[in-house]
Order: sequence, then C-alpha cells, then structure tokens
Amino acid sequence: MPDLTHVLAAQVPLSWYLILSVILFVIGAAGFLIRRNILTVFMCIELMLNAVNLSFLSFSHQLKNVDGHIYSFFVMVVAAAEAAVGLAIILTVFKNRATLEIDEVSSLKL
Amino acid sequence: MNFYLLTLLKMALTAFVLLTCCAYAVWVERKVLAHIQLRPGPYRVGPHGLLQPLADLIKLLTKEGIVPSYANPFFYLLAPFLAVTLALSGIVVIPFTPEFDLFGVRTAIGLTDINIGILFLLALSSLGVYGIAIGGWASNNKYALMGSLRSSAQMVSYELPLAMAVASPLLLANTLNLRQIVEMQGGYYLGFLPKWTIFALPAPQILAFVIFLIAAFAETNRVPFDLPEAESELVAGFHTEYSSMMFASFFMAEYANIIVICCLATALFLGGWHPLWPAAYGSDLVPAVLLAGAGLILLFHATQAARRRKWDRFTFPVFGVLLLALSPVFLVPALKPVLIPLFWYVAKAGFLVFVFIWIRGTLPRFRYDQLMRFAWTFLFPLALANLLATGLIVALAG
Amino acid sequence: MDVILFLVFAAIAVGCALNLVLQTHPISSALSLIGVMGSLAVLYLLLGGEFLAAVQLIVYAGAIMVLFVFVIMLLNAGGEKRPSRKVLRTAVALPLLFTLAGVAAYILATQAPRTEAVRFGGFTAGPYEVGRVLFTTWLLPFEVTSILILIAILGAVVLARKEI
Repeated sequence: MPDLTHVLAAQVPLSWYLILSVILFVIGAAGFLIRRNILTVFMCIELMLNAVNLSFLSFSHQLKNVDGHIYSFFVMVVAAAEAAVGLAIILTVFKNRATLEIDEVSSLKL
Repeated sequence: MNFYLLTLLKMALTAFVLLTCCAYAVWVERKVLAHIQLRPGPYRVGPHGLLQPLADLIKLLTKEGIVPSYANPFFYLLAPFLAVTLALSGIVVIPFTPEFDLFGVRTAIGLTDINIGILFLLALSSLGVYGIAIGGWASNNKYALMGSLRSSAQMVSYELPLAMAVASPLLLANTLNLRQIVEMQGGYYLGFLPKWTIFALPAPQILAFVIFLIAAFAETNRVPFDLPEAESELVAGFHTEYSSMMFASFFMAEYANIIVICCLATALFLGGWHPLWPAAYGSDLVPAVLLAGAGLILLFHATQAARRRKWDRFTFPVFGVLLLALSPVFLVPALKPVLIPLFWYVAKAGFLVFVFIWIRGTLPRFRYDQLMRFAWTFLFPLALANLLATGLIVALAG
Repeated sequence: MDVILFLVFAAIAVGCALNLVLQTHPISSALSLIGVMGSLAVLYLLLGGEFLAAVQLIVYAGAIMVLFVFVIMLLNAGGEKRPSRKVLRTAVALPLLFTLAGVAAYILATQAPRTEAVRFGGFTAGPYEVGRVLFTTWLLPFEVTSILILIAILGAVVLARKEI
C-alpha cells in the first residue's frame, strides 16, 4: 500500500504556477504572431492576459498582499472593454472588406 | 464518519432526488396547465398520470438519436451535455436544513457551504448560455440559429437585473454565503412577523423579489419570455434538430434551472427553512396537518360514487391511507430537526415553481423586441434604483 | 491533493491553449479558450482567490467569451483555408518566442529558491478583503475604469450601428 498521506499532503511550489503562466503566455504570443484569422489573433491576446492574471495571483499569494487580486481585477475589466470595442471594430472591418484575414486588410484604401 | 464517505452519500442522495424532482416537475406542470385549461391532463399512464414521466423517459431513451448531416458532431453532442451539467450543478450550494445530528454525525442537508455561494450560482447561469448558443449554432439550421442567438441575447440581458436584484438583499446580509444568509433570516419581529428579507427592516426587499422573479423567468426561458423556443414562431428554437436523449437533456436542464432558481429565491428572499410563524405558536404541526388533511380528503372522495372513475376506486383509498400514515412522521421528535425545516424550504420553493407554472398557463408571450426593450429600459434601471435606495437606507440606518 | 488538482488543471489549460492555437475554425478556438479560463479559475481557487475565480467565470468566461462566440456565429466565417505562404513570419517569430521562454526560465530558476510552497488556505482573498481594499486604497482607479467601460459601450454602439 503506497504512502498516500504523503502524496496527498504534498504542496505545490510557487514556481510551478509561474512556469505555467510563462507557458500559456508563450503559446498565446506564438498564436498571435502566426495565426491569420483576426478573431483567433484576438483570442490569443486574451490568452496572454489570462496568463498574466495567473502570475499576478501567484505573487499575491507569495507576498500575502491583496493588491495582486486588485490588479488582476482591473486587467479583467480592461480586457472586457477592449473586447467590446475590438469586436465592434472587427465587425466594421468585415462589413467593409468581407474578409477576416489580417493579410488582406493591408491597405488603408478600400 | 469519514467526511468523503458522507459527502459521497449526500451527493448520491441529492442527485437522485433532484433528477426525480425534474421528472415529476414535468408531471406537475402538465397537470397544472391542464387544470388551468379545464382538461384532465395526463391521466391514463398510472393513476392520474403518475407514471407519465417514466413513459416519457422510456420513449425518449428508445428514440433514434439523429445527428444532422452537415452539423458539426462534436459541438452538436457537447451542447446538451454542457446545458444539463451546468444546470444540475447549481444544487450543490443550496442549504436545505440547518445542522443536525444524525446517528452521531453532525451534518446538514446541503452539499457544500462555500463563501461565494451566490457568485457560484451567478457564474453557472452565465455559463449556461453556452449550452444554448452552441446547440443552436451546431445544428446547421437557420431556425435553430435564430432561436439560439435570441435566447442567448435574452439570457445575457436579463443577467444584469438578476444580479442587481440579488445584490440588494446582500447589502442587508453582508455575506455571500447562502447558509449564513438563511440563518440571518431567523427570528421574528413583534414575536410573530418573520424576519425574511422581503419583510426585513430597515429595507424590505419586495421590489427586489419581484425583479428577481421576472429576471428568473427570462433566465430560464419560460413564458412570458419563451419566444426563443416557441413552437409557433421558430419551429422549436434552439432544440429543433435534437431528438432522443439530447432533447431530454435540454428539457431536464430547463426544469433543473427552474428548481435551482426557485431554491435560490427561497434562500435569498423567503427565509429558507424558517417557518412563517414561530414554532411556539404551532407551526411545527403544519406539515402533519396538511398531509393528514390531504389524506382525509382523498378518503372522503373515495366514498363518493360519482367521482369514482374506473381506477380511482383503488387509487384514492390507497393514496389517502398512505398520506394519513405519512403525516405522523412529521411529529416524531427525533426527526423534527430535519423534517420541519426541510418541509418549509421545499414548500416555499415548490410554491414558487407553482407560480412559474401558473404564469405559463396564464400570460401570453412577449415579442422579442418588447422583451429586450423591457430589460434594458425598464427592468435594469429599476433594479439599479432599488439597489441605490437599499444602499442609502442601509447606510442611513447604520 | 493540491498537487493532483494543480497537475490536472494545468494540463487541461495547456492542452486547451495548444488547441486554441492549432485549430482552424475560430469557434473551436473560442471553446478552447473557455476551457483555459475554466481551468484557470480552479487554479485561482487553489491560490486562495475565491472572489477572482468567480469573477473570472462570470465576466471572462460568461460574458466576454459569449461576445466572441456571438461575433463568430454572426460573421459565420469559416476556418482558415489556404496554407500560409509567409514562412518569414514563422521564421522570425519562433526564435523570438524561444528567447522569451529561455529568459523567463532563467529568471525562474535563479529566483525559485526565494519562493515558498503554495498552501491552500495560507492566504485567502474573498469578497470582503478585495472589496475593502478596492473601495478605499484603489477607489480612484475603480472610478476611472467605470468611465472606461462607459467609453467602451459608447464606442461599441457607435461602431456597430447601421449606417443609414
């Protein structure tokens, strides 16, 4: 019978949370640079913001300070505002250019 | 007893009871609607249609589950799963009884007691939009897409007045924990008026309760806000292309949503498990009296020849004796700490479910633009005004 | 128990993030992003952020992503079809990303001994703690963000209006 109490009581080092945050941020940045559909690019931006939120909360736990939660809260609020306006812009671009590929929206003139 | 074993037992019991209540809520709805419309309703499958939910279940299980040809199969199958999972998860934070001792184990009926109970339920209702949105889109059917977009927009719009109507009693309660909110509503003014949130001084939350109920109708896609699934408008809305168990999942999700929202309204506004008048004046006898009365009425009608249709000669006496035998269970002192609060909670939540069904049988449907205009130009400012007024009164009263 | 929960939900988060980047159709990417946000909400709970976990589910996964899903359904644009002919973009992007990952890994490796383990319950910031600080120390940014949201609403309404 393996020693389950030892396994169940183990704790997660903080660096694991930070590594996860970095991995998510790098995946988001890779998608942002490589993908061509504007909606997918926008979603990669949201993924990067989420990764940053995770690191804010990790450090807030480390420093036993609630300010990290407040920064994270404001990041969420700003992300909401940015998503609303950004999607409205995407809708307008789609109405005018009839395409969702960022390569084709390359000139200011129609 | 081991905490995990106890929780597993409570989970199994809660799941069983909730699923049975969803199935029999369908029976209650069909019977009540039928009687409002002066017809008998389900009558033949079992005594007075009591086995109708079982027949429906067998029918739905044995139907052919069709995946439309150009539909995306992963999302098509994911949508009812999401809908029913999120709807059934809401029951875990509802507190049904206070703590009691059962065979030496200190427990309560209510699966968890988290500090953010109300936020959890709001999160589930926010995520519940996805089951409908994805289901309608994945069906590759323009009626389904229209229905799902309208339904999603309606649910998202009415989440705002719902959240503000929920926030007003929270100003009085100072906590987000549902169990503490219910415990706060104990006690009586002047010895007999209950301290429920809708009667609470300094700010009675009657307007918040009404706004909550109206927003709850819209959140659960019930009449008068059921345009997205109306048969005469959009074939069947977002569940047009669903058959068999997937349709049953959407159906069950809708009734589970209704039950969870009525339980939340009871906990937040109607005082949860606290009786209407103090136990010192005899409110503990109410369940026993009600059941005994129902049993006696059934036995009386069993003796009337005119009302004895073919099977009622057997079913009326049997059910009458059963109810009469059940009523003394509520008088046993050892079981009273569990059964009396449970009875009051279930009675109040059940009354709200009856109000949902009653309104379905009575009111016509809103048109979609009327529905959206009502949410944004009337209900949302009203909920905001109520929140501000409550905040002002609470701040002035100290 | 913490380790198991962390590993399971971290794996789900990374899997959904990879799915987000690798899927062709935007709706699959949107649902993967919702999966990432859900698993991140559980990780926030492990870090003691009760209020933020709930706000993440209500605001991010329940409102912002609903907006994304609406727009994807309304635009009804399919997945990316042509393969990208811009190899230069990938050739520049990937080394930069590896550099970023390498620098972050180095910083973490040198600073890790100064961090302690995450104990569930060691620091809990529920609604009371967050609200108390939000309305006293951080009141000005709070009011400014409310104006920011108002600007965003006006902008979205003006941009999405039908031009007659």
